[in-house]
Amino acid sequence: MPEKPKVGFYWCGSCGGCEESIVDLAEDILTVIENVEIVLWPVAMDFKREDIEKMPNKSIVATLINGAIRTSEHEEMVKLLREKSVYIIAHGSCANTGGIPGLANQFKKEDILKLVYEELPSNQNNEKTFPTPISQENGFKLTIPIFRNMVRSLDQVIDVDYYLPGCPPTPKIIKNAIMNLLSNNLPPKGSVLSPDIALCDECPRRDSKPTDLTIKEFKRPHLTELKPDICFLAQGVICMGPATRSGCEALCIQGNMPCSGCFGGTSRIKDYGAKIMSSISSSIAAKTEKEINETLDGIPDPIGTFYRYSLPKSLLRKRIDI
Amino acid sequence: MENRNNFEPKIVAFFCNWCTYTAADLAGVSRLKHAPNVRIIRVMCSGRVDPQFVLDAFAKGADGVLIGGCHPGDCHYIEGNYKALRRSELLKRMLKEFGIEEDRFRLEWISASEGEKVRVVVNDMTEKIRKLGPLALNKKFVEWDKEMDELEHAINQNMEVQHA
Repeated sequence: MPEKPKVGFYWCGSCGGCEESIVDLAEDILTVIENVEIVLWPVAMDFKREDIEKMPNKSIVATLINGAIRTSEHEEMVKLLREKSVYIIAHGSCANTGGIPGLANQFKKEDILKLVYEELPSNQNNEKTFPTPISQENGFKLTIPIFRNMVRSLDQVIDVDYYLPGCPPTPKIIKNAIMNLLSNNLPPKGSVLSPDIALCDECPRRDSKPTDLTIKEFKRPHLTELKPDICFLAQGVICMGPATRSGCEALCIQGNMPCSGCFGGTSRIKDYGAKIMSSISSSIAAKTEKEINETLDGIPDPIGTFYRYSLPKSLLRKRIDI
Repeated sequence: MENRNNFEPKIVAFFCNWCTYTAADLAGVSRLKHAPNVRIIRVMCSGRVDPQFVLDAFAKGADGVLIGGCHPGDCHYIEGNYKALRRSELLKRMLKEFGIEEDRFRLEWISASEGEKVRVVVNDMTEKIRKLGPLALNKKFVEWDKEMDELEHAINQNMEVQHA
């Protein structure tokens, strides 16, 4: 019996949701396991870094890496996996564009550490212990990875072959990606493995989207009674559908929540946040500076709203003065 | 790095074909002198200026971005300048959160007959940015990524040498 193709899964700065998305393949995971040999999967199986180091270069067919890149360990591991893998697939929003952890790029590293290790009310850190890259404990030298100044997307650190978007990607697009890999039916390098059309195109509410959209007031989803079958934008609720890549089958919309943009932009978009904010703000009804600003007050956190999953991959990458 | 004293700001200006670009032409034929720091890009309408263009200009090394359009009510395409205004107001809020100073981005209404206003706006913006100094984001990006030059193993080894 010929050797099965080797596949790896790895995680960097992530919540574990993308790992869950593999498990969500449900019974399809059996088909995957029948066809591949998993050589690395820290969340589920016991392989060590040394096992990977011993493998010849390019001996893994594909490694799916999820999570944002924040520490020196993430960088070192993804560089190692790049050497050992024929294809690297960025798995999920964080690896694609920085994701939710990428919003930390609005803050200084020192302030983040201070908040997490000292100021949070749930903390009890009387000794004021902070992460120290190298420390001594009972005569042993202990090292931990260096926490970098900013969050990066995977392709800002290594060359990436394919992108699986989503927070997390749906089982359907993961399965398609793995099956296409195995059948050697591959799109051009750099492709995002999801349809290149906007979510509005496959939205069940698209018929209720007015052709001439005007927004008089921005309403926040948790403070508004959301109508179950009317376009969110027509209700004054920010929905990222117009700029967001489809492929999720409008899951959030079907759950009566607006799109928050986890699939990222279509291929025509260079900076996701700028594009969607342009689309949404030009639909404001007001015409004077004062009235426009009154309407804009309804968006208390524009960066967190429009760059929710993509700040590190935006054109400016982070708050520049920190 | 450019010395602050002989720093010449680079300003990318998007001027609408019908009003502001014509005004800049008028300033030219009227021999009005203004600071040579603007690089003018003619667009059909201020409403054509995608916020991505503004961010891209900054990312590629512009110190300031100026958008010029027709006065409200005068847009050749009826509504384009209102769209430009709404986007600019939101973009200003976002640039602030990105840590980019207010004076580096500006939207001005300049009609075809206001050659003098082109001169005043360009001179004023150039002076304000000269005071702020270079933004030089393209150079900052290179600086930011230098921290990745050393990987974990190398860091640990270097530290060991220092500790020994």
